[in-house]
Amino acid sequence: MNVALAPSLPTRADEEFRYSDLAALEALWPVAPEQRVLAAGEEDRLVLVCEGAEPVARKLVVTLGEGARYDLRVLNCGTAFGRIEVDVELADGADFMLGAAQLGTSGQTLEIVTTVRHTGEGATSRQVVRSVLGGAATGTYLGRVAVARGANGTDAEQSVRAMLLDRTATANARPELEIFADDVKCAHGCAVGELDATGLFYLQSRGLTPAQAKRLMLQAFVAEAFVGAADEDSLNAAALAVLEAAL
Amino acid sequence: MLQITDLHATVADKPILKGLSLTVNAGEIHAIMGPNGAGKSTTGYVLGGRPGYEVTGGTVTFEGQDLLAMAPHERAAAGLFLGFQYPVEIPGVSNVQFLREALNAQRVARGEEPLSGGAFLKLAREKAALLRMDMDMLKRPVNVGFSGGEKKRAEMVQMGILDPRLAVLDETDSGLDIDALRICGEGINAIMRKPDKAVILITHYQRLLDYVKPDKVHVLAGGRIVRSGGPELALALEREGYEAVVA
Repeated sequence: MNVALAPSLPTRADEEFRYSDLAALEALWPVAPEQRVLAAGEEDRLVLVCEGAEPVARKLVVTLGEGARYDLRVLNCGTAFGRIEVDVELADGADFMLGAAQLGTSGQTLEIVTTVRHTGEGATSRQVVRSVLGGAATGTYLGRVAVARGANGTDAEQSVRAMLLDRTATANARPELEIFADDVKCAHGCAVGELDATGLFYLQSRGLTPAQAKRLMLQAFVAEAFVGAADEDSLNAAALAVLEAAL
Repeated sequence: MLQITDLHATVADKPILKGLSLTVNAGEIHAIMGPNGAGKSTTGYVLGGRPGYEVTGGTVTFEGQDLLAMAPHERAAAGLFLGFQYPVEIPGVSNVQFLREALNAQRVARGEEPLSGGAFLKLAREKAALLRMDMDMLKRPVNVGFSGGEKKRAEMVQMGILDPRLAVLDETDSGLDIDALRICGEGINAIMRKPDKAVILITHYQRLLDYVKPDKVHVLAGGRIVRSGGPELALALEREGYEAVVA
């Protein structure tokens, strides 16, 4: 007899939840996985905008058949708690794109947790995550790229950057690679920093107010997550509205 | 237009300006020359209000207002333009977007109507042509990938668009080849040589002054003006060196 047990609430000891807001998560637990299966050659895209005062936790499980393409864009900017977990499996020649921006300037926890499994040959995946964090906000990216034995020709990239507006904000970034194939190209870059003071002065010396100068630089920073998206303009506009309200 | 009286300033607690006094009237072009470390760039940054350049004594009056009490963007709106020796690269922010926002921020601060997109592009096209700069370059991110000469010409296009009363140009001639030097020189004349405007050219060399004839030449050494004269002073400096002329 099979009995399906609801998984118990994670603790800090669970790596995938180490930086999470467990109190907020409890009310949403268990998070039901949302399955998406793309057949060979199929293409699809999804835009997730998590905003407002309600806590959000979602888990997407995506299976990409041969040559299938999936483009996921995320704007994670709720004021309570926002967790987006993505588990993607790529067959031969499949392509996965994640472009995500996390904007938090109060005390919220925002997190993106990904597992990208390259099981077929010649598949490509690209993850671009940009976080802007102020106040006591916490922004986290935990991303694992797993390249299976025989998944030769894999091309995987993780580009993760966070901008701290206040010394009280926290950014966590943990890009991981797990490679069991020989002929692969995997790049990952990760940086946490503050707005360039020289750049801010340069913009202000031309007449922009301090808030305008900040906003312009952050707008450009966040836009990197949405390059090439079908909804690029509307995503940038939505991110701008959040930044303007926060600055 | 500009009156600097007994100005003292420090950078990282090190005194750089030690009693600088200078009066610039409308319609005049002044050249400030001097050896390395004399305080030339510091003078520009102090006038522009760059953080980290601390005024410890003296006054600066611009158009009857206390310049030192104003924030950098307020100085810009009041009609001051600082040309940077090393123009700053701002990835992701296009020149056109930046300059339109900067100009409109200044106009709003002065109680004027913001310029429409069409009117701004017409103005930008006109000023870019003056500096023989392609409009396509202005659509690219601010100074990113520009050569030294292109950055300086872009600075002059900015000056043309923002149309300041007083321009303080810090080594605009450095990094320019002979043709670019002439183009920048002609640009400065076209934009700034007017009865109600003034220019302070900060430079090491006579060569820019062949194109932009100064009314007055000052030698800055040890943080203050040690000698002033007409254009002939620049020629004497070029011929005999700072040591001989200042001694």
